[in-house]
Amino acid sequence: MTKPVLATTSLAGCFGCHMSFLDIDERILELIDLVEFNKSPVDDIKTFTKQCDIGLIEGGCCNSENIEVLKDFRKNCNILVSVGECAIMGGLPALRNGISIKECLEEAYLDGPTVKANTEKIMPNDEELPMLLDMVYPCHEIVKIDYFLPGCPPRADLIWNALVALVTGDELKMPYEVVKFD
Amino acid sequence: MVKKDEKISFEIDGQTCSAWAGQPLLDAAKDNGIFIPSLCHVQGLKPAGSCRICNVNVNGRNMTACTTRVSAGMVVENHTPELNELRKTIIEVLFVSGNHFCPSCEKSGNCELQALGYRYQMMVPRFPYEFPVKGVDARPDLIYHDRNRCIMCKRCVRSITKDGKHVFALNGRGGEHLHVAMDVDLASQLTEAEAQEAMDICPVGAILKKEQGFLVPIGERKYDKAPIGSDIEAQNG
Repeated sequence: MTKPVLATTSLAGCFGCHMSFLDIDERILELIDLVEFNKSPVDDIKTFTKQCDIGLIEGGCCNSENIEVLKDFRKNCNILVSVGECAIMGGLPALRNGISIKECLEEAYLDGPTVKANTEKIMPNDEELPMLLDMVYPCHEIVKIDYFLPGCPPRADLIWNALVALVTGDELKMPYEVVKFD
Repeated sequence: MVKKDEKISFEIDGQTCSAWAGQPLLDAAKDNGIFIPSLCHVQGLKPAGSCRICNVNVNGRNMTACTTRVSAGMVVENHTPELNELRKTIIEVLFVSGNHFCPSCEKSGNCELQALGYRYQMMVPRFPYEFPVKGVDARPDLIYHDRNRCIMCKRCVRSITKDGKHVFALNGRGGEHLHVAMDVDLASQLTEAEAQEAMDICPVGAILKKEQGFLVPIGERKYDKAPIGSDIEAQNG
């Protein structure tokens, strides 16, 4: 039997959820037997090469590239899972949601206390750069998300248990200690 | 109204309970080892009935357990799929209608709203996030008031006073601008103990003491290991 295919990505996140995923310790050997990786930072495959069974999404959507990647994942994955607070509710990047883009950029590139080198007062505006969105959006407000794993990051046991449950069809084990919002 | 000379018996989810006549149902349930969730109720304070999470079914009607007084023969439903779903819905509404960034909040792990999210296994709110714009007032020396996290339970409004004057009050009644406001002058006069009391009365992280935070490590905080209410239920065996 062919193994289920897994893809993962980090959008507006800090890679902490991927780090937590790797925190499954020696179970990483079982993981290799359990799934095959496709597009993911774990194996560095950059583009989808086949239809995947499961896509794990870390991070919310803060720019046009996040939206594009997320929609690509929705198209190429049968099941999408929001992993972590950023994917679920925007997380810490969404702290900027009450502040205008103009103010954010001015603080970052012109007026911030650590801005010293930008003597020519340049704002990044290359057309190659993704456009910032007006707000940071939870993934499920952009595409349909099938499952949610809260935590910052979600505990390794929660990610592992969820993955095993999805692959085997067994009931997901969710002890009280592993479901946390921080 | 509580008659300390008259014991009555009533029923919650089929279990016979006893209480003083006129006792708030929520307190009476607690005395009988039954947890009814709530965010706005504090034993001893005048019940406000503002969070609605303590909704129970009394003799066929949904009522808030904090504002309902027990009477003899009352038949109460508490732990039913319908009521638990209703409570979970309210919790989800509270999460989307404020700015609750658990990972960066000093109250995380000790927060009653978060703890109820855990107890009712909220994985994601079913409503869109509002990301409302709200203010932070950090002018007092010992505390700061973060309205992003305020759930309008009015615990602070009902309890925190300085020289008989209320430090917190509801402001901007009559529409979307309703909020809890802090009297900066009074709040600045709070002693260390009074500041601690203000922080502790808040079920979320809207009132916090300055210059201290994240004192207790993750894993040892109030709701890290056991769900909210499990201490009450433990009395029942």
